[in-house]
Amino acid sequence: MSRQRLSRWWFIGTLVFALLSMLVPLPGVLEPFKPYWPALILLYWCLESEDRVTLGMAFTLGLAADLLNGVVLGEQAMRLCALVFIALRFRSRLRFFPMWQQTLAVLALLLNDRILLLVVRVLAGASLPPAAWWISPFVGAALWPFLFLLLDDLRARLRIQ
Amino acid sequence: MARARDESSPLFAGNAAGTLRLIFYLALAMVLMVLDHRNNWLWRMRYTASMVVEPVYRLAGLPAVGIRTASVAFADRQRLTEQNQRLREDLLLANAKLNRMGAVAVQNERLKQLLDTQHSLELNVQLAHVIGVDLGAYRYQLTLNVGARDGVKPGQPVIDAHGVMGQIKEVLPTTSVVMLITDPSHAIPVVIARSGLRTVAYGSRESGQLSLPNIPLAADVRVGDHLLTSGLGGRFPPGFPVGDVRSVAPSSTGMFQAAQADPAADIDRSEDVLLLHDQAEPDGPPAPITPMGPPADLAPPVETVPAASSSQAGAFVKKPSAPASADSSGGPP
Repeated sequence: MSRQRLSRWWFIGTLVFALLSMLVPLPGVLEPFKPYWPALILLYWCLESEDRVTLGMAFTLGLAADLLNGVVLGEQAMRLCALVFIALRFRSRLRFFPMWQQTLAVLALLLNDRILLLVVRVLAGASLPPAAWWISPFVGAALWPFLFLLLDDLRARLRIQ
Repeated sequence: MARARDESSPLFAGNAAGTLRLIFYLALAMVLMVLDHRNNWLWRMRYTASMVVEPVYRLAGLPAVGIRTASVAFADRQRLTEQNQRLREDLLLANAKLNRMGAVAVQNERLKQLLDTQHSLELNVQLAHVIGVDLGAYRYQLTLNVGARDGVKPGQPVIDAHGVMGQIKEVLPTTSVVMLITDPSHAIPVVIARSGLRTVAYGSRESGQLSLPNIPLAADVRVGDHLLTSGLGGRFPPGFPVGDVRSVAPSSTGMFQAAQADPAADIDRSEDVLLLHDQAEPDGPPAPITPMGPPADLAPPVETVPAASSSQAGAFVKKPSAPASADSSGGPP
């Protein structure tokens, strides 16, 4: 009973952590290297447990991120929905990929996410971003193995299903 | 049990219900985006949701504050001493200048009274701290720790010790967002201090710079020229440093000169900024009734503030290639 509650709080905690990390500023030089945390954490939970992440949840998280970020409402909601949909559809395969293949898949997902974002921004009339803007997905993919192993280890230690 | 779950999520096939739901959510997101883009709903929602949003900002700003505190705490004595020495010298110099300026200011005030004008050299300012929050969109924004409760209004100029930083874009109850002058969709009317040439400085796509795309070919602009606010348009008071010209070259069309300038303000490094309170009265003749720039329904409601009736020139300009309305309106600099 309390185990279940703990697992729910752990889930919510990681998502809140992702939103906060999205907001925390980095020094100017490191700024383009910042990965898109909500996507990474959501991907982890997609692969980890089957029924916890739904499209509706991704949509809600995206709306919250939009509210915090002050960008157009629905932008991140759309991106996260697309991401979670693809991840859930290929979940069974992604789960059994070796780590390097999984990392490549994550890179593809994050790049796809950036392209979606670019389309939205350009349609809304923003200028094209600088080249450094494309570094972020690569950093996200490079962090993925560590993030996955760390979260998996923590989950095993906390004995959360 | 495990087998049943395996069957419900086969390796290859996706189920139609999932796709339908995806389409539903994507459509919902797009409708939201369009509505928000058209009607600017998000800021109204943010205003109401600020009870939640603002503590989160403070929380997210904590690491930056912590690092700043730690850097002071662990800075070695040598550096602090040097810094202290430098600040003392600056203060001495500034005080000396102020003493000299004091007499001039008094004289100026007297002459102004003789001329019966309202302009004043007094600054009505409010100190604000920058909250370290990353708002995502290519870093053309700052978040400040003052808001509507402190009397902040959209459009107020923001300066630091060295020059103009930007203007207030959105106001929440206890925080506000600054649009920097380096934002590509921002324009500020400037005057070149040496020659008195009036033009408009836009934010540049190269990060942290200003671009002046339409300077007449015959105009006298050199590298190193200082740019000051011209006060045209009425949003920024005249005489504040904006930047220094860094390069001048003929533009690609060959009809104008284009210059690049470095902003005078420490846009990336400022921790404390000043908000100007009394918005300057517009210099020069009144603005034309149909201002250039964004369509009227995108503009902030200017009818309620009579002093800001010509504020379009300093406000958000969508296209950097649009001819500058402030440039053509005359009046003594």
